[in-house]
Parts: sequence; C-alpha cells; structure tokens
Amino acid sequence: MAEGLTLDKVEILHGDAPLVALDAHIGPGEVLSVMGPSGIGKSTLLSLVTGTLAPAFRHKGRVRLDGQDITRVAPEARRIGILFQDDLLFPHLSVGENLAFGLSRGGSRTERRARIEEGLAEIGLEGFANRDPATLSGGQKARVALMRMLLAEPRALLLDEAFSGLDAERRDQMRKLVFERAERCRLPVLMVTHDRADAEAARGRVVELGARA
Amino acid sequence: MRGGTPSEAGLFAAAPALTMLAMLGPVAAGLAGTLLPAFGYLPAAGISGFSLAPFVDLFDWPGLGQAMRLSVTTGLFATALALAGVTLLFAGWSGTRAFRALERLLSPLLSVPHAAMAFGLAFLIAPSGWIARGLSPWATGWERPPDILIVQDSLGITMTLGLVAKEMPFLLLMGLAAMGQSDAARRMRVVQAAGYGRVTGWLKAVFPSIYAQIRLPVYVVLAYSMSVVDVALILGPSTPSPLSVQIVRWMSDPDLSMRLVASAGALLQLGLVIGALALWRAGEALVAVLGRRWVMRGGRGRAADRLFRPLGVFAGSFSAAVILGGLACLAVWSFAGFWGFPDALPQGFTAQNWMRHGPSAWEATGITALVALIATGIALLLSVGCLEAEYRRGRAISPTGLWLVYLPLLVPQIAFLPGLQTLLLILGYGAGTGPVIIGHLVFVLPYVFLSLGDTWRAWDPRAGIVARALGASPLGVLLRVRLPMLTRPLLTAAAVGIAVSVGQYLPTLLIGGGRVSTLTTEAVALASGGDRRAIGVFGVAQTLAVMVPFAGALLIPAVLWRNRRGMHG
Repeated sequence: MAEGLTLDKVEILHGDAPLVALDAHIGPGEVLSVMGPSGIGKSTLLSLVTGTLAPAFRHKGRVRLDGQDITRVAPEARRIGILFQDDLLFPHLSVGENLAFGLSRGGSRTERRARIEEGLAEIGLEGFANRDPATLSGGQKARVALMRMLLAEPRALLLDEAFSGLDAERRDQMRKLVFERAERCRLPVLMVTHDRADAEAARGRVVELGARA
Repeated sequence: MRGGTPSEAGLFAAAPALTMLAMLGPVAAGLAGTLLPAFGYLPAAGISGFSLAPFVDLFDWPGLGQAMRLSVTTGLFATALALAGVTLLFAGWSGTRAFRALERLLSPLLSVPHAAMAFGLAFLIAPSGWIARGLSPWATGWERPPDILIVQDSLGITMTLGLVAKEMPFLLLMGLAAMGQSDAARRMRVVQAAGYGRVTGWLKAVFPSIYAQIRLPVYVVLAYSMSVVDVALILGPSTPSPLSVQIVRWMSDPDLSMRLVASAGALLQLGLVIGALALWRAGEALVAVLGRRWVMRGGRGRAADRLFRPLGVFAGSFSAAVILGGLACLAVWSFAGFWGFPDALPQGFTAQNWMRHGPSAWEATGITALVALIATGIALLLSVGCLEAEYRRGRAISPTGLWLVYLPLLVPQIAFLPGLQTLLLILGYGAGTGPVIIGHLVFVLPYVFLSLGDTWRAWDPRAGIVARALGASPLGVLLRVRLPMLTRPLLTAAAVGIAVSVGQYLPTLLIGGGRVSTLTTEAVALASGGDRRAIGVFGVAQTLAVMVPFAGALLIPAVLWRNRRGMHG
C-alpha cells in the first residue's frame, strides 16, 4: 500500500478531446510541481483530485490517497486541502470563524477556541480572531488561508498558483512556510504553477505539461 | 459537482420542474379555461354546446374596432418611445456623470406601482392638475379648470406617455445589465478613435449587442402595454375603453354568459399581442438591414450629437419628472385640506385624510403584505433551488429555458387570468387569498429569478471548492457560505418580488373574485370616484409598500455586515 497521493494514469477529456494527462506518485512530504502555460488544464487536473471536476469534463484513471481509491469519494470526505492564488477567506466570517470553518469537528467550545488561538499564534497573528479578514494585509490573509486549511487536517495538499498573488518578498516567506509545514506534517504536495521559482523553491520533481505537443 | 445525499440532490434536481409548474401551470390552465368558453363551453353557466356565438357577440360590440386599435397603438408607441428614450440616453451619455445621476434617479422608480404612477400623472396633467395650477391664472388666464379632455383622451396619448415614463426605468436597468457584458466602454474608445460621434458610434457599435440582450424585456413591455388594465382604467379612454378593460367588465357581469364574450375577447387580445410581437420582430429585421447599410456608408455623424444628446437627457428627465412629480402630487393631496383652483398648494395641510382613509389603507396593507411575503418567499426558495441545481449540473440556463421564464410575462394577463378564474369556478374552488398568492407567484417568480440569477452565477466557484475541501457538504456550502455571501442580492431580489406582487392588479381582482382587497385593487377602485385625497392616501401607501422593502435591502446588509468590509464590494 503506497503512502501518499497517486494519480494513476489520469487523463482528462473535454468532451472527447484529450486535455491533460498525468501518471505520478507523490510520497509523504514530497512535492510534485506541474508546470505549463495557462489554459493547458493544470487547474482542471487539481479539480479532479479535489473531486470538483466540472460536468463538462470526463476523466480516465484513478486517484489514490494512501492507497485508498478516492476517485468517487465526495470532495468533503477526501480531506485534500487546496490553496488558490487568492486567499478566498469567507468575507462574512471573522478570521477566527474562518479558522473554525476549517477546524475538524469535535471538542468543546473552549477547546476549539484554544485551538484557533494556537493556530493564529503559529502564523504570527495572535489575537486576530475577531478581526474582519478584509482588514488584513495580503500576506496575513494568505497565512490565515493556509492555517484554515491545515486545521482541517488534510492528508494531501494542492497548490493552484498559490503564490502568484503575493509580492516578491511575501512570496518567499509564504513558500517557505507552506513547504515547511507540508514536510513537517508529511503531506504529499501537488503544485501547479507557471512560475519556475515556485518549482525551484519546492525542490521536488517537476513535470512540464504541454511539452509533448 | 458530485456529492450530497441522494434525497437532497433530488430536491434540487426537482426545483426547475417545480418552478416551471408554478409559472407555466396557471398560464396553461388559464389559457385552456379561456379557450373553452370562447367557443361556447361553460358548464358552470349551464352552457355546453360548442359554437362560435361568443365571437359573433364580440364582433357585434360596436366599440371593438376602436378598442383593438387602442391596444395596438398604445402598445407599439409606448414600447418604441420607451426604447428610443433609453437608447438615446445610453448612446449619448453612458459612462458620464450625468448618466450615473439619471441612473440613480431612475432605478428606484422601477418599483413604483403602475397604478400609483398613473394616478400621479393624472393629478399632474389633468385640467385641474398641478401643471395647470402652476400656470394659472398668470399664463393661461384660467380661473376655473378648462373643460378639455386630457387624462382619458380618446386616442390614448396620455396612457401611452404614462407607460413610456414607467417602462423607461425597466429598460434602463435591463440595458445596464447588458452593458456589463458587452465591453461597451472599450468599444466606444475604438469607435471614437475612428472619429465617430458619440450617438452614432454607440448605435453602430454597441446597440446591436445590447438590443440582443434586452430583446425579451422589450417584448415584455410590448405585451404589457397592449393589455394592461389598471393603467388603462386610470389614464385610458372610456368610450370605448381599451379591449382589456372591456374584457374585465364582461368578466364581472353578473350574467355568467357574458363570460363567453369575455373569453372570446381575451383570445382576441392574445392574438393581437402575438400579431404585434410578430410585427415588432419584422421591424427588428428591417432595422437590422437598414442599420447594416448605414454602417457601410461610414458616416461619422458627429453633428448628430448636438441634437440627440439633449434628447436623451430629455427622455430620462421626462420619466423621472412624471413619476417623481406624480408621487409628490399624490403625497400633497393625501395631506391636503381645502385646495381651490388655481392655487398651487392647498390652503392648509391636515392629517384628516389619513385619519379617515388610514384604517382601510392599513387593513389593505396587511393583506398586501401577506400575499407579497408568501409569494416572494416561495419564489425565493424556488429560484435558489433552480440556481443551485444549475450550479450543481454545471450548466447555465439554456436560451429555451430563458424564454420559458419570460413566457408568463409575455402572455397578456388578460388572456389567461379570466380563464383561470373560470376554471376555479368550474372546479368549485372559492376565490380567496390562497389562489391569489398562487396567481401572484406566476409573475413574482420570473422577476425574482432574473434579479438573482446574474449575481448568483457571478459568485466565485472557488469559494465552494475551498469549502468542500474543508469538509463542508454541498448543502453546507449553500447554507454556510453561498447564501450568507449573497445576502445583499437575495434581499434585493426579495424587494423586487414584493414590488411585483404589490403592484399586481388583475390577478388580485380576477382570482380573488373581488374579495381580496390589496392596496392596488383598493386604489384602482377609487379611480372612478375621483376622491383625490383618498387616492393620494392609497397611492402613497402603495408606494411605501414597495419602497420600504428596498430600503430594507439596503439597510439590513449594512447593519448585519457593518464589521465586514468584504461584504460591501
């Protein structure tokens, strides 16, 4: 039984036209970077892994997580975290409520609160629980989004151009933070990006899409 | 998007079918209920032999030719003028500060009930109206109201102008939504760089794509203007009346056999509307051919701006002035003490009119609110269900689906509501609030669905993906993320629904069998009496009934999300 995230001869078709194909295994704590120009179907590939592939697409192959076939599992039951270019914090919830949304169920109110405060402290945002996410800086929002996802205790991590929304300095910090956390939690990471520096920072394997054509 | 429990998925999958049933069921049933009596089949009145007698009787009515002519001219002129006005406003001014100002002024006027607008206009331009008072006696020399027929003129000019004023805000709003999707600003930059005048350039480069998107709303205006009853009762001629008014009269005749003539008339009205729509469609084709030739000639038309830009502002101001001036006039009358001609203002203001008519207006407000809130609540549930089903299937509504949504607005009310009433009679269901709510739903649903649709679809689907990845079920995403994020458009859609319901005259009158008294039916019933103070009270109450929900739609999110800057974008 292979630990980690496996894309077993995965192929996505738009109608009948093949769009993107990938066959790869990502072990715990490993990063696989998928590079290629926009419009090549990188994000579509991730949506297959999260289970949110639009009905216009079809797919072949299987997705396995820690040996379990999750191809037909509902998205919310997969425990696969994803970060996008935008933080996508829910604007109607406070920072703390956003984290509570991610935090897996269970525990008393006080315990959950404590866990959230702890999470905030880990990203250097102590006491931010009652803040309106719209009042945070771009870097702070990105960190909250990361912590929200980690609190859901994912078993794998997907990054969809997750660093391109940040300025150069924050981008470095954020990359370091994300990859350190992923390694520490032994999460397999699948990253799609068009930025070679992202792939270099990940120090993992790189797959070029569109190179075949 | 996969997932969710099967029963929940089934519920959302059923929403489009339920919605279609709620919108089109009564229309289809009503048309059937019109068709049968029109050919002499009305068992409830003991008449069951099929014949053409109802049509013979209809054509024997001496006013028929005039009534038909009125329907056609009113509809075509009102639609053409309203469209021309809005087009000139867009062409000459879109993107300017003046345009923004007019847009802000006109948008809320969309919701003003037709009856209130009509009364307001009547109070403005009647021989004893505000305008005549303002000009008398110093300019006109009138010491008494002149004996001329302005308001219910036999050509229907006043009625047409009233409809133009009232439909312009509607077309403007529809046009604005279309503008957002047509890249108009950049097209205009290209066009002006090529040396085109503003109006000419807009007409040649932007208008075709805007018109393609507002075509259905334009048809709605045409069908509505041809067959409206409440506006016709207040502003239209009475000898003879427009066809729609005469049909209502036949319907309320104690002699049940008159319903046969009414049904025949309703079918004729439907035929007239279909014919006018066909004519309009042909006109579109003609304009397209001429427009292509016009474009080919390459004229820059810069001089035309000097004429057409002021015309556009005039059209917009006309609409605003008629509606706002009328509302002001209603408000003044509702507080007026003695007000002799030609005084511009009453000698004194008093609360007495409100004391006298307030209680009955308040009672009507209760029933109005009950009907509006239930109909709007159901419409919101069904619309959200449909849009969620759309989202889960990953497929937006098809053009055919959109036509079906517009269908209840395109079939004239007067063509199927009499049939619905007859059908209820045959089935032995009494008239009452329940059937009225179902009748209102037919018209509330399309507007709520259309009002909510664009913002619903514009919601960033990645928020849903993130929420699912964080462990939320599809229903959880809907309830905990999407609906809260869309509070504002949901409340706006609710306000639109309430406004539509409050303004309904014919469904309330016919389906309610005259026994369900809303602000609108009560106000229109006052028309023949001519008690301006009572009309003022009811007109103001009617306007408040639509304005309060809109104010709520603005204030509630502002208070609810006062600490959430991201919710005010």
